[in-house]
Amino acid sequence: MYLKYINTSFLSNFYKYLHLPLNNFFAPIYPVSWFACKSMSKLWKKYLLWFAQEHVEFRYAEIESLLSLFNIEMKYEQKPQNQEPFWLVEFSSESDAKLLTSRSVSLRKCLELWGHEKSIDLLHSTVRGKSGSFAAYFEPSKSFKIEVETVGRHFTQQEKVAKLEAFDYLPIRGPVKLKDPDVCLQYIEFYGTRTVNIPTTPYEVFFGRNVASGLRQLLKKLSLKTRKFIGNTSMDPQLSLLMANQAQVNSGSIILDPFVGSGSLLVAAAEFGGYVFGSDIDYLMLHGKTKPTRIKQQKRAKDESIKANMKQYNLGHKYIDVLINDFSLPFWRDSMEFDAIITDPPYGIREATERVGTEKQNYIVSDEHLPTHVPAKIEYEIPSIFRHLLIFASKHLRLGGRLVCWFPVFRED
Amino acid sequence: MKLLTHNMLTSKCIRGVSVGYPLIINATEVKVNQTLFNSEFVSKLIPKVDWPVLYNAAESIGHSEDLPKEAPNDFEQNEEFLKKAHRALVEIEVISGNLVCPESGRKFPISNGIPNMLLNEDEF
Repeated sequence: MYLKYINTSFLSNFYKYLHLPLNNFFAPIYPVSWFACKSMSKLWKKYLLWFAQEHVEFRYAEIESLLSLFNIEMKYEQKPQNQEPFWLVEFSSESDAKLLTSRSVSLRKCLELWGHEKSIDLLHSTVRGKSGSFAAYFEPSKSFKIEVETVGRHFTQQEKVAKLEAFDYLPIRGPVKLKDPDVCLQYIEFYGTRTVNIPTTPYEVFFGRNVASGLRQLLKKLSLKTRKFIGNTSMDPQLSLLMANQAQVNSGSIILDPFVGSGSLLVAAAEFGGYVFGSDIDYLMLHGKTKPTRIKQQKRAKDESIKANMKQYNLGHKYIDVLINDFSLPFWRDSMEFDAIITDPPYGIREATERVGTEKQNYIVSDEHLPTHVPAKIEYEIPSIFRHLLIFASKHLRLGGRLVCWFPVFRED
Repeated sequence: MKLLTHNMLTSKCIRGVSVGYPLIINATEVKVNQTLFNSEFVSKLIPKVDWPVLYNAAESIGHSEDLPKEAPNDFEQNEEFLKKAHRALVEIEVISGNLVCPESGRKFPISNGIPNMLLNEDEF
């Protein structure tokens, strides 16, 4: 998995995400008043969105894409801070919070917020004061558990138990159940995101009821370590899923990856209900005949393919086709329309940028060589790749459909 | 290669070819795999598909079965039709053979279900 590691860090260090249409990427954080006048009659409640501290820069684009996909209104209680894993938001119904969270890859959990203070003592006095209003969750018939999490500072199990016992004033009458309780309460102490000069008391303390969990468990299921067919530049599952979410893939969407490689992006798109097409210039890759990627693997298994990967994840029925073509030439009928195009084009660093062609003037393949001729390749310059992608998207994307792709940028650092 | 894909593929990029559609299928191996039916997905495809081309393609490889020659107007409500369309579009698969350009006769080989649409450098 050494190669994978290089691949991922390489992407996050050198590439910026290109997400189209651009006006969506820079979507404004709507002023609260806009929502207020639109939805006076609704009952808005406070929720805490708790993110994983990974691929932080893709959070906003993912959440924004999902909100618009599901037509969910969400208010920002507080403007999100770049690095902080907590967003204070409001939803007008719990089902909105659940829908958003259960499709998000960057979210760990969503809590209905019962208390949020700057210190532990303040939080307990707030929760104690309000505990009567949570009576419905404390009934004898409802099993419960309380989870304690300290973010940014390590505590021993013993110290965590003490933090848990500090809630003994809650008038909970139901039995404790650690696995799948009816009510899961969550206590969080936040000590910042820095690794040095960690304070002894938390910056912020949260308490609430767990409403839904994000898709973090999917990362393990789709891990490249256990995937049947991978290539040297297979995209990390988390980034693939983030791209599929930004592309707003939904049940029945028709998706294309025109630089499909080993098909990681198609796996993510199919996982969210998309029907997938792929194409690539690399014959050996699509037929699973390239040199094995895993260090310990002598040769590839006979049945390695994108299709086999889809079957591995029970997504075989979402796989339509992959074909070998040169993206710079038109093959699709004009009426072919995709709901989204998701792709990671080659950059000429780990994968060659090639298209069919020759520098020779008036070159003709002789009849004698024709049966075994392998087309010659010339450089497919990055600007041409992106020009073709944009032209292709303008022709074959449905109105409002998204093109989500990586774009290479060399950063100063 | 599924017949849905065949319905959407052309050879118009070959030099001297103007339409390149529909491609002729010379199949040496065809499989039918039952897959999960999704009526929403199939009815979304119907307006995009060239139905006569689909029918002829299915017939040319011996799988027209009870596929209607025309798509009905009420296809969205017609589940029986949508199931037949589903079968023709995504269950029938050409595993090996050739796609042939109707104008130039250029063959595009299909192996392991994957069509190779690559042209040589002197063909476009």
